[in-house]
Amino acid sequence: MAVADEFGVLTKAFTGLGVDEKSLISILGKWHPEHKQSFRKTTRDIFVEDERQFERWDDRHVQKLQQEFLRFKDAVVLWTMHPWERDARLLREAVYKRPNYGILVETACTRSSEELLGARRAYHSLFEHSIEEDIAFHIHGFEKKLLVGLVSAYRYEGPKYSEEEAKSEAKILKNVIKDGAKKLHEEEEIVRILTTRSKLHLKAVFKHYKETSGNYLDEDLGDQLILKQTVQCLCKPETYFTEVLDVSLKGIGHDFAKEALTRVIVTRADVDLKLIKEEYHQLSGVTLSHKIEEIANGNFKDFMLTLIARGDQEN
Amino acid sequence: MSTLIVPPHVPSVADDSEQLHKAFEGWGTNEHLIISILAHRNAGQRRAIRHAYAETYGKDLLKDLDKELSSDFERLVLLWTLDPPERDAVLTDEATKKWTKSNQVLVEIACTRPSKGLILVREAYHSRFKRSLEEDVAYHTTGDFRKLLLPLVSSYRYEGDEVNLRLAKSEAKILHEKIKGKHYSDDDVIRIVATRSKAQVNATLNEYKNEFGSDIIKDLEHDDDNEFLPILKATFECLVYPENYFEKVLREAINKRGTDEGALTRIVATRAEVDLKIVKDLYHKRNSVPLHRAIVKDTHGDYEKMLVALIGEDDA
Repeated sequence: MAVADEFGVLTKAFTGLGVDEKSLISILGKWHPEHKQSFRKTTRDIFVEDERQFERWDDRHVQKLQQEFLRFKDAVVLWTMHPWERDARLLREAVYKRPNYGILVETACTRSSEELLGARRAYHSLFEHSIEEDIAFHIHGFEKKLLVGLVSAYRYEGPKYSEEEAKSEAKILKNVIKDGAKKLHEEEEIVRILTTRSKLHLKAVFKHYKETSGNYLDEDLGDQLILKQTVQCLCKPETYFTEVLDVSLKGIGHDFAKEALTRVIVTRADVDLKLIKEEYHQLSGVTLSHKIEEIANGNFKDFMLTLIARGDQEN
Repeated sequence: MSTLIVPPHVPSVADDSEQLHKAFEGWGTNEHLIISILAHRNAGQRRAIRHAYAETYGKDLLKDLDKELSSDFERLVLLWTLDPPERDAVLTDEATKKWTKSNQVLVEIACTRPSKGLILVREAYHSRFKRSLEEDVAYHTTGDFRKLLLPLVSSYRYEGDEVNLRLAKSEAKILHEKIKGKHYSDDDVIRIVATRSKAQVNATLNEYKNEFGSDIIKDLEHDDDNEFLPILKATFECLVYPENYFEKVLREAINKRGTDEGALTRIVATRAEVDLKIVKDLYHKRNSVPLHRAIVKDTHGDYEKMLVALIGEDDA
């Protein structure tokens, strides 16, 4: 490879998700000092010209690089963890490290009743508190009621539900939304329905809502993002996860967006990743694997691709 | 501590099952036989008998009991024979569907059972009623009551002994402030009482007493017109002084004109294998008369005999 091309490869090896360990070894390992200097002088976003005439690593880039070296390790640790511990830690981080209601909603609503219970148990062991007491203490207002309810739910998972009640609850929701709902009593009804009803019942509510109003419930709740996410996670998780992946892969937003890729793939790999892959393909026009090839590097990339391909081996 | 007396040599499950079946044969029922067996078997043994009965006779023991027995005696035998989580599921279902503002059964069950116990109740509720306990509680209760009861039945409290004293002090202060201002259903009051571990609530109430000189339970007695207050008071009592709470319910059930058989049946059936001995001793201390004497005075027939057997005072 010509040295100029190697500059390109190396730059890519340092950017994107994860690092391209092989290229770093094969290229950097054999470069002479002049090549390294040439590289430093020409890649202005990684190295800056210092006033004392030398090219200095940009501090922020070194920090980012550190994160990227850790990306593979974090994915491995998360993947290997017991799902209960994993979810307990996700919940904890979402409350304490960076109040991220999205991850709280996601974890509470996309797991089965038993899995959520297991996460609550693990939370007791790991943090010597219940998740509900920590959420209630640290989060306030309308979000608190919703989140405590979501995390405390032990939803019925059998096939029975009342079509009549689903219809009437769809109506209640329609009225609340039409009023632009700032009245407390009506907010309570939304919280009651979303935090206690079984998922099957809620899917029926979703269906009746569409039939009677012509709109999708989650879209109509769009103004209150947390409500929209709740409905999506409970009624059509694949759509929710597809959107999260899409944002993450477009590199939009903060670091959490990038971490979302690992989180979604690791937590859904043996659940509904196949469905998510299909929806992603429909939404973006490219396959998930293709997109990951484009923006990820090295061991991290290989690990993600392997996890994504898991279901396919059975075909 | 349990008041249940199980004989040292228990007949085989097949024998018990056969005897019970015999008890139903012919005209009338041999209630004495039913009491002598069922009132002297623990939950595991009762479960095994139900299973054997179903296998041998193709029928549900509970349904046969329902057919053969009646009124208070029947209810006591049925409740007693059920597995504890199932029993609690039945009780919470009734309490929800016939809910009134003065009904304390939901609080009692949500707060006096251990965390895992409450989860088992919720599981049993799914199986039996094809819905979740919390969706029914949310649907049938309203206002401040729902605000308290829903998180109570959904709680999965941490069960360790660790206590944060700084937090206990600050939460005691919050409680005092809210109670003084009569904001009984304030968000923070509900948060503390519905999510903190029992050890933490206990520490908070101790700090309350140290700091403000009075018992929070006493402070919650002042507002006679407020319908929500008794439920809040019962919540604290159940969390921190359950045996005292049960003694009080028994005392009120027995002293009431006539008797509140519903409460009497419920407490005896649900606590006989748990802490009825302590409750019994408390009752004797508080009322100067032993519990079984008060029961004998107030009830009669097979109902009385079954109660006396379950509190460990029959001579079987």
